[in-house]
Amino acid sequence: MTDDSNTADSRVRDADAWAAAEKVGTYEWGFTTDIEQELAPKGLNEDTVRYISAKKNEPEWMLEWRLKAFRIWQELPEPDWAKLHYPPIDYQDAYYYAAPKAKPKVGSLDEVDPEILRVYEKLGIPIEEQKVLAGVEGARKVAVDAVFDSVSVATTFREELSRAGVIFMSISEAIREHPELVKKWLGKVVPVRDNYFACLNCAVFSDGTFVYIPEGVRCPMELSTYFRINAENTGQFERTLIVADKGSYVSYLEGCTAPQRDENQLHAAVVELVAMDDAEIKYSTVQNWYPGDAEGKGGIYNFVTKRGLAQGARSKISWTQVETGSAVTWKYPSCVLNGEDSVGEFYSVAVTNNYQQADTGTKMIHNGKGSRSTIVSKGISAGKSNNTYRGLVRVAPSAEGVRNFTQCDSLLLGDQCGAHTVPYIEVRNPSATIEHEATTSKISDDQLFYAMQRGLSQEDAVALIVNGFAREVLKQLPMEFAVEAQKLLGISLEGSVG
Amino acid sequence: MLQIENLHATVGETAILKGLSLTINAGEIHAIMGPNGAGKSTLAYTLGGRPGYEVTEGSATFDGQDLLALEPHERAAAGLFLGFQYPVEIPGVSNLQFLRESLNAQRKARGQEPLSGAEFIKLAKEKAALLRMDMEMLKRPVNVGFSGGEKKRNEMVQMGIIDPKLALLDETDSGLDIDALRIVGEGINAIMRKPDKAVLLITHYQRLLDLVKPDFVHVLAGGRIVRSGGAELALELEEQGYEAVA
Repeated sequence: MTDDSNTADSRVRDADAWAAAEKVGTYEWGFTTDIEQELAPKGLNEDTVRYISAKKNEPEWMLEWRLKAFRIWQELPEPDWAKLHYPPIDYQDAYYYAAPKAKPKVGSLDEVDPEILRVYEKLGIPIEEQKVLAGVEGARKVAVDAVFDSVSVATTFREELSRAGVIFMSISEAIREHPELVKKWLGKVVPVRDNYFACLNCAVFSDGTFVYIPEGVRCPMELSTYFRINAENTGQFERTLIVADKGSYVSYLEGCTAPQRDENQLHAAVVELVAMDDAEIKYSTVQNWYPGDAEGKGGIYNFVTKRGLAQGARSKISWTQVETGSAVTWKYPSCVLNGEDSVGEFYSVAVTNNYQQADTGTKMIHNGKGSRSTIVSKGISAGKSNNTYRGLVRVAPSAEGVRNFTQCDSLLLGDQCGAHTVPYIEVRNPSATIEHEATTSKISDDQLFYAMQRGLSQEDAVALIVNGFAREVLKQLPMEFAVEAQKLLGISLEGSVG
Repeated sequence: MLQIENLHATVGETAILKGLSLTINAGEIHAIMGPNGAGKSTLAYTLGGRPGYEVTEGSATFDGQDLLALEPHERAAAGLFLGFQYPVEIPGVSNLQFLRESLNAQRKARGQEPLSGAEFIKLAKEKAALLRMDMEMLKRPVNVGFSGGEKKRNEMVQMGIIDPKLALLDETDSGLDIDALRIVGEGINAIMRKPDKAVLLITHYQRLLDLVKPDFVHVLAGGRIVRSGGAELALELEEQGYEAVA
């Protein structure tokens, strides 16, 4: 927790959280907004790729990179090793580009379409940002790069950030304004042919965020991006690239919700992080895409590739995720620990309810001497859902003195859900110390009755117990996200007991 | 305050309470004693509303309200507190968070304003001091890593903070050493011995009753109250055993 100035706000939001938790059985944020949309023609071929690139006024090298990716993608098989079941995706039956129509670029969120701002309000964009928007003096600073559907509509705080030398802009802008940085790192952490979904993203990514923190700079504020799928049948192909130069630090928050839809929506994001010597990147996610209804109808398919390269000595990459949404989640935020004494962390809470399926975990690739990693995974399954932790810890032959600690805990609510733990450990250096702990437990009737006897309703009791179970992970989140995350855990599990 | 009439309750297929009647008025302290398996804990759980404890006949009225029609948390908000024989652990949730949320949920149900963080901490400190419990203990997860005696003292701190009208204390004295027993006994007196409150002590031993002097003592056997009397009945039981007395 960074400071005390926001505790009052979080109290207010705590109250909001409990109010929200009372709305049972509906996806509160399943609304749609009426904003004119510009769509690419349905389907996916080289023309689609050219259309997207042209819409974004991209230089020729970028178009070529996309086209190459598209050709590779056509050759790649769709992965089927995860413990996930979903009908085949018809990639030709979707739109790959949607942008609010002909929006002129604006300098601040004040100038953004009020309809969009209303969406953010409904989404419960943290009060800090709303205060900032209202021009409140002394409001805590969180820079928001607002991604509405596929196009960044506004970027705040750019000036203050640029004074610090921090570059924080949409990736489309970065391609035009900082081609040397983008060229140097795009696709270097997650190669184009890394996997089917990442490759698809390379071909059709619509927009996303680029961050560069120069040598020795501690980013003066937490950076945050809100994603939202708005157009029907539009896959989201976000692309994020964060480069932290020597001795720098940045904390990045990503959160998303999506409106209610009957048809499944494809989401295939790619996030690449690079940390040089002594640099640290903390990447936090609260994911609440539409999970489908109680019968398993609808919901987002979330195929995400997130990877951090701890390239420099003593560099550190820390992933924290709270995954409550999506019908299908396929996501393994990973660390490639190349630097000597580099550090990788993965803290995860994944909640599945009803018919949700999550196959999520991490990969810690230890190439650097003395590199260390910590994995704490908390899976919560309810309803008829399936929740799988899948994690790899690999130690290269040359990596002396590696340490890893892994803890996987599963909590079951009810007797029709599944929790699965699939750890892969590949150690090729005998000096490594690898620890793996796993537990599976249920919320006991004793706990529920005890909490209810003290005055909590059943749903509040479940929320309290689940938040306690996930506490180790939640406490890793920045304050403004921790409250939101607690709220989500409670909402996600409504109706799952009794 | 509490009128129990001809209460029958089953757990699973087994009938445990078989026509229990008991009236507790405000300002009174009652003790229920009885052999193992007599139904003492079942009585506490049934009154608390624990799922699985099914009332098949009879009634229980609390302050004029049909207690049996209420959910467990509604019974708590109405002023019923159950001190558990085996307090439950809730990992990752601090005692303070647990109690503040519980208390404020009760207050909300009663139409009262929630306590602010500062007000709550003040209250918690006061009650912890009463039970000579270190505040640090209250910052730790609920009952996790507590000794048996600490758990029981923690129940009494909870009772102090929640400030119920009626406390059902299920073998709160078991597992306590002599010093802890005195602290708990004094705590019960300080918190509950008031004209508008009442206590039902479930116990096997006279030693708690030396500290918390009951107005009435009942012997529960075979699912019914077979004998009632004053504080002297407990002494008689201690000397002669249940079989002779009941």
